[in-house]
Amino acid sequence: MLHIEKVAAAYGDVQALWDVSLDVQVNEIVVLIGPNGAGKTTLMRTIAGLHRPRSGRILFEGTALHTVAAHQIVERGIILVPEGRRLFEGMTVLENLQLGAYTRRAKQQRDKTLRHVLDIFPLLAERRHDRASSLSGGQQQMLAIGRALMGLPRLLMLDEPSLGLAPLIVRHIFEIVKSIKEEGVTVLLVEQNARRALELAHRAYILEQGRIVGTGSGSDLLHNDEVREAYLGYAPVTARTLT
Amino acid sequence: MAQNIVYGLFVGGIYGIAAVGLALAFGVMNVLNIAHGELLMFGGYISFWLFSLLGIDPFVSLIICIPALFLIGLLLDRLVYRHVARLRGEAKIKNSLLISFGLVLILQNVAIRLFTADERTTQVSYIGQGINLFGIALPYTRLMGLVIALVTILALHLFLQRTDSGKAIRATAEDWEAAELSGINVPRVYMLTFALGAALAGIAGTLVSVTSSVAPSIGLDWTLKALIVVVLAGTGSIIGAFPAGLLLGLVEALSSIFISASYREVVGLVIFLLVLLIRPQGLFGSREAA
Ligand SMILES: Nc1ncnc2c1ncn2[C@@H]1O[C@H](COP(=O)(O)OP(=O)(O)OP(=O)(O)O)[C@@H](O)[C@H]1O
Ligand SMILES: [Mg+2]
Repeated sequence: MLHIEKVAAAYGDVQALWDVSLDVQVNEIVVLIGPNGAGKTTLMRTIAGLHRPRSGRILFEGTALHTVAAHQIVERGIILVPEGRRLFEGMTVLENLQLGAYTRRAKQQRDKTLRHVLDIFPLLAERRHDRASSLSGGQQQMLAIGRALMGLPRLLMLDEPSLGLAPLIVRHIFEIVKSIKEEGVTVLLVEQNARRALELAHRAYILEQGRIVGTGSGSDLLHNDEVREAYLGYAPVTARTLT
Repeated sequence: MAQNIVYGLFVGGIYGIAAVGLALAFGVMNVLNIAHGELLMFGGYISFWLFSLLGIDPFVSLIICIPALFLIGLLLDRLVYRHVARLRGEAKIKNSLLISFGLVLILQNVAIRLFTADERTTQVSYIGQGINLFGIALPYTRLMGLVIALVTILALHLFLQRTDSGKAIRATAEDWEAAELSGINVPRVYMLTFALGAALAGIAGTLVSVTSSVAPSIGLDWTLKALIVVVLAGTGSIIGAFPAGLLLGLVEALSSIFISASYREVVGLVIFLLVLLIRPQGLFGSREAA
């Protein structure tokens, strides 16, 4: 479905991604883990069209994405829940959700999708006329996911949805990601919360210092010693190379 | 006294309309359009010529002036501002200043060539006539001007709050990347925003040509006035620029009673500095917006 081939990306002179290749198949949950500053967000933003790759290709069902404007990528069904949520804070919950369905494709079914999203997140229904900024962190993350669902994603990308949230809410969000996948949406998930993410994942990639240094099925990686050491807190972090 | 206050409000309404147009481009695109006053000047000339050549009442010719300035706005965005709006951060503000300053010179010279440097006023037959309310003179031209200003702001407010395009403009103003991620075509939103700002300048120009006069050189004064009002309102606040405009009109009027008419212009600048020093987020802006 999504095919990333040798993508390099940079901020000015600082290169953030080197030769990153990654594939996502239809109806998988693919997880991307890696330490701070590894380039996970940069990769998500590059796929979403907010950042242009310096070289390499990104294909979605065979057609190029890396030359297309971000809003057109949304139209094709690839939707990013960005790091830090990025809600329209001065606007109401309902307005945020409506704006999520701005593409022609999504607008046609907006009311129907809205009912569905409010079923998934009943809390948002209660607070629909409140400003997004008045929501708690967990509710804001739900709104960010809800806004993305309003755009009828076929590939939903989430960049650290659990960041800064209480464990109970994190569990809830992971459950929702799973149910979204069960509705037929393919998921690409970036997480620091590696254990939970790997438990959910069909496959996972490990990104370090801008390079993919490992990949495998979720359960393989969960039981890989080096991954356990580095990401699951089984032993002190030591220098290592992974293949 | 009461007469002064009423006149202050009349003038303030025009300030408000001019400022909301500037605030749109600034708040949504982060582009400071120094040539806003020149757009206003062209709006004034359109209404003047339609009246003197074809005898069309200036309040009627708005139906030509508004779309004309809207089109000029679209064109300027296409040719110039779209390329500036793509830049980030400081480069964007700097370039928008330089480019729009260049545009000021070009548009002024075009106006001198086309219209000569003479001052023009749209002298409708009912100029000077009006209602007398408890001893306060309310000229029809000024009353109509205020009514049109209020209707314009109400319409813009409803557009921004109720329509999908209006919501897209507000969303883009808050976070253009999040807007793109929602499927909003941000360059298109910029184009619409800039054109709306130009249309508002056209309305303000019409009101200026009726209630005072237009000349090729009036642009910068109006840009400055609009800028003072935008800062007064708070740069994050678009509609808020209207009440701030009324307020500036009022304060100017009062200052010419209590201080001296010759300090009218200075008062605006003093307010400008005071707001920047004491309340940089403006009267209606939120703290983050500043
Ligand atoms: N706007 C920017 N300008 C310059 N460098 C940047 C910018 N954003 C990120 N970087 C750099 O690019 C590298 C990758 O950053 P990125 O945000 O993609 O990492 P990340 O894996 O998402 O980290 P985190 O887990 O902290 O979110 C880092 O070295 C970072 O300093
Ligand atoms: Mg990140």
